[in-house]
Amino acid sequence: MQEAVIEVRGLTKRYGEVLAVDSIDFSVRRGTTTALLGGNGAGKTTTLAMLLGLLLPTSGSIAIFGVDMLRHRQKVLPRMNFSSPYVDLPGRLTVREILVVYGHLYGLEDTAARIASVAEDLSIVEFLDRQSRTLSAGQKTRIALAKALLNQPELLLLDEPTASLDPDTGDWVRSYLLDYQRRTGATLLLASHNMTEVERMCDHVMILRAGSIVEKGTPAGLIERFGRDTLEEVFLDVSRNRAGVEVSPIRAAQ
Amino acid sequence: MTAPHGTARDTAAPVNLAAASQTFALRRVWAMVLRYIYLLRSSWPRMLELAYWPLVQMILWGFISQFFMTNSTWVMQASGVLLGAMLLWDVLFRAQLGVSLSFMEEMWSRQLGYLFATPLRPIEHIAALLVLSLLRTLVGVVPAALLAIVFYHYSVFTLGLPLIVFFANLMVMGWGIGLFVSAIVLRFGLGAESMAWFLIFAIAPFSGIYYPVSALPVWLHPLAWALPSTYVFEGMRAVMFQHVFRADLLAAAAALNIVYIGLGIGAFLFAFRLARQRGLLLQIAE
Repeated sequence: MQEAVIEVRGLTKRYGEVLAVDSIDFSVRRGTTTALLGGNGAGKTTTLAMLLGLLLPTSGSIAIFGVDMLRHRQKVLPRMNFSSPYVDLPGRLTVREILVVYGHLYGLEDTAARIASVAEDLSIVEFLDRQSRTLSAGQKTRIALAKALLNQPELLLLDEPTASLDPDTGDWVRSYLLDYQRRTGATLLLASHNMTEVERMCDHVMILRAGSIVEKGTPAGLIERFGRDTLEEVFLDVSRNRAGVEVSPIRAAQ
Repeated sequence: MTAPHGTARDTAAPVNLAAASQTFALRRVWAMVLRYIYLLRSSWPRMLELAYWPLVQMILWGFISQFFMTNSTWVMQASGVLLGAMLLWDVLFRAQLGVSLSFMEEMWSRQLGYLFATPLRPIEHIAALLVLSLLRTLVGVVPAALLAIVFYHYSVFTLGLPLIVFFANLMVMGWGIGLFVSAIVLRFGLGAESMAWFLIFAIAPFSGIYYPVSALPVWLHPLAWALPSTYVFEGMRAVMFQHVFRADLLAAAAALNIVYIGLGIGAFLFAFRLARQRGLLLQIAE
């Protein structure tokens, strides 16, 4: 069996009275693509933020590549990366400047060569010397992806990787990510609302509701267990069976 | 858009990372300095703003000095005392602003989530902010100081070696306050950004910039002497009026500055930890 890249035990995040993530346990195996599915406020982004160390859990443990993330995140962060439509890159910097800065932050030994390589792979060579604020949403997504792939991460966390993209660009991004994983054997964990995307890309799915993992399995296995035709139908079955009103944990914290 | 076709590039050539997990990496500090240099280079209003206010202040205080040279016996004893004070005050102001504005650039661009998902440590970010503050202060104040020579025949450089000590003390005090302001903005969001502009002016009346501490009511003296800047401005006047370098004043300023910078760094690190507890690194807004 492949080794676990991510091991999460009893992970909990509480904001005052609001329980954003409720003692979840899961592991993600090397070289697999796993999806965190859930409605708004289900705890997907909160979970990703805790895996990155951007958010401190209330309790529980996170081990990535066997290293305790809560104590030694700096040992692990060079081997992983992250992309989210809710975090921006500096608009006044050119794409090349952004990638140079992040290249240095990740400690790349040959930043220029790596930028050239990633830019060619992602077809962004023509944008390299343009300010990122002048780019379209689809182009910005590719720039964020270039940033996320600069250090050739072994673990890539993606928060809604194709949100607000047109179908063509969304399909391009999905194809690229699958291709990247095939070439490098990287592990992907993505939070998504897009069921088609998850069915196409993911080996495993975890469905979150009100901070708890309520279903786990392969997309095909879940569809079969629920007697449905698509993952979207499974998701609707699960989410409409909710026990209470969900509250955005981030909003509740403010 | 065509579907991507995989190349063997990533498989064949693994990326080499240069000791990315080390405790304090100058390379990451340089990355953040570079980020701000790129920003300044791309924005002429930002560059103009760096030099604009020091120049306006210098011109204003130059004329005031010229007027008082013929109307005030105190100013007559040391021509340039007001201009020198103004230039040194601007060092303090620019040092503070250099830290807090550079930090707020990250909040305005909403990229803290990406930055701290890299191996960047908060202490490295602080180091970069201090370097940037020094650069911004030099870019702002040096042209004003040079033009004061041209316009008013006053050179702050005639203070000699003590000028370096005055400058260093005011820089460190500005850093401490700038980090404190950044901590507040990180904790309370961009709604608190105006503190970068007004907090420093709250201490101006008690720093004895343009007048000696003895001009203040006695009950305010303890407050004045709790500010490193007060010792610097008293020291400057000692050089200009009595032609003596008061090492005791500068030692007191340096000792207080250790406290100020320590509190500034502590406040920033505390606010950073709080931001990680409350999820603020991904939710920066007003």
